[in-house]
Amino acid sequence: MSASFGAAAPSSLPLRDPAARGRLGALLAGIVVLWPLLVLAEFRPAALFESGNLQVMADFLRGFLPPSTAPDFLALLARATLETLAIATAGIALSFLIAAPLAVLATRTLAVSRIGPGPGRHRSAALRVGTRAVLTVLRAIPEVVWALIFVRALGLGPGAGVLALAVTYGGMLGKVYTEILESGDTRSARALLEAGSGRLGALFYALVPSTAQELASYTVYRWECAVRASVVMGFVGAGGLGQLMDQSMKMLNGGEASTILLTFLLLVVLADAASALIRKVLG
Amino acid sequence: MSLSLDGAGLVHPNGHRALHDVSLSLAPGERAAVVGPSGAGKTTLIRVLGTALRPTGGRIAVLGDDPWQLGAGALRRLRARIGVVHQSPPIPPRLRVVTAVLAGRLGTWPAWKALSSLLLPGDAAGARDALATLDLGDRVFDRCDRLSGGQLQRVGIARVLYQRPDLILADEPVSALDPTLADEAVGALVAASDANGATLVASLHAVDLALKWFPRLIGMKAGEVVFDRPTAAVTTAMLHELYATEGRNLPVQGVEAEEPVRPPNVLVLRRPGCQ
Repeated sequence: MSASFGAAAPSSLPLRDPAARGRLGALLAGIVVLWPLLVLAEFRPAALFESGNLQVMADFLRGFLPPSTAPDFLALLARATLETLAIATAGIALSFLIAAPLAVLATRTLAVSRIGPGPGRHRSAALRVGTRAVLTVLRAIPEVVWALIFVRALGLGPGAGVLALAVTYGGMLGKVYTEILESGDTRSARALLEAGSGRLGALFYALVPSTAQELASYTVYRWECAVRASVVMGFVGAGGLGQLMDQSMKMLNGGEASTILLTFLLLVVLADAASALIRKVLG
Repeated sequence: MSLSLDGAGLVHPNGHRALHDVSLSLAPGERAAVVGPSGAGKTTLIRVLGTALRPTGGRIAVLGDDPWQLGAGALRRLRARIGVVHQSPPIPPRLRVVTAVLAGRLGTWPAWKALSSLLLPGDAAGARDALATLDLGDRVFDRCDRLSGGQLQRVGIARVLYQRPDLILADEPVSALDPTLADEAVGALVAASDANGATLVASLHAVDLALKWFPRLIGMKAGEVVFDRPTAAVTTAMLHELYATEGRNLPVQGVEAEEPVRPPNVLVLRRPGCQ
């Protein structure tokens, strides 16, 4: 048995990987593109370790120690934390309402007209391109710019922050939802569409069950980002930890700033735990 | 006619010719098996008949209409009347069995019923009845990733039984089942087509199952139909010629084609099903 296989195997021709040349080319192209970018960005890691620079950074960081634990500051901090959580949660909830329908419209694997292709394919393709363009515009403009716009309409306060988060994060969630749905088990969705199912049927009986964990974990991650983004929002008066941070930094109170940073750390750890729990429940 | 192809061909965008000049027609309620070696175009034929692939040449009519001349709504209603059993069941592993089976009626259910059925199964009894015909009546509320490959394949068949389509297409529906279960599963498809007067076209790699259950055989090779006749008129020699590339013995359920144990007079197996 093995003798008969062995007899045919030896060959003088060297075995060449047909993909090798392409991969090497891609690697070189990557270096050629990245190198000028690093130069442009003044990327000089060695400068970090020059003695003068180390001293300056150490002095700056020393001001942050020890973290402030003054009771009246902690009371303020608790209130600001709650406010930040409220802003982030409301913002993500609203952005979900924007993102979910747009993602369903933009997802290629839910388009029944692609089978064949069948009737209405041009209209459906145009709709997908249009929806993706909307998602791009929503997320291309940073949330702080949206916040500045909404502050003019709603005045200073959390309301503008929530709307700004909703718009930018709606664009981000929509884009990533679309990509997660398209990378899921597309065969099951297609089989349902081929049996006459509509878009929502294929979404909820095929794509969502196969991607629920990824969708949930990305949504929680975005919530975590929203908590951090509230720092920036604080500068436009959106309240919460950001505003507190703004005040502490302006008063050069490093101890308060480091307590706020520790609070952020705690919130990120919490988000991580929530994400793990949700993935376990959905798994 | 329930189904008809007239000179239908399909050339893939990469130039591969998967179907060439296929003409056949089936009356409502008729049952036919498509047999042939791997790569013969059996799956492509099933997908063309199921309106999943659009032929690049020739004419097609499915349940009385040319699917590719219909508007979007009419095409969707036509597709709801076609049930396809896939070789590897297209069911997400995290779905519960009951949901996977109920998905068979998504083509006819209104959206509110489809959505509410995710929270509380709208017709669990119906799903159980479909599963029970395939010996899976006790797995209704299990998750699909708890099932074996063969059980999952039967869930895929149960979905089509629950759909109650006018045209049942099956692409190697029993490839993951042992001989006894395979026989039962094909029997269930035949019974379903009998009960609803549905047309049934199944591609089968195992010649013995085709001979036992189907009154008409369509032999395919290299994208073309080489014979299409009543099972009684198919000779052992025709089958051997069809499968010439796959060795001396005909592929039968549960026995590898390479094993030199079974005598080549497979036609004997036909008799129990043709009384």
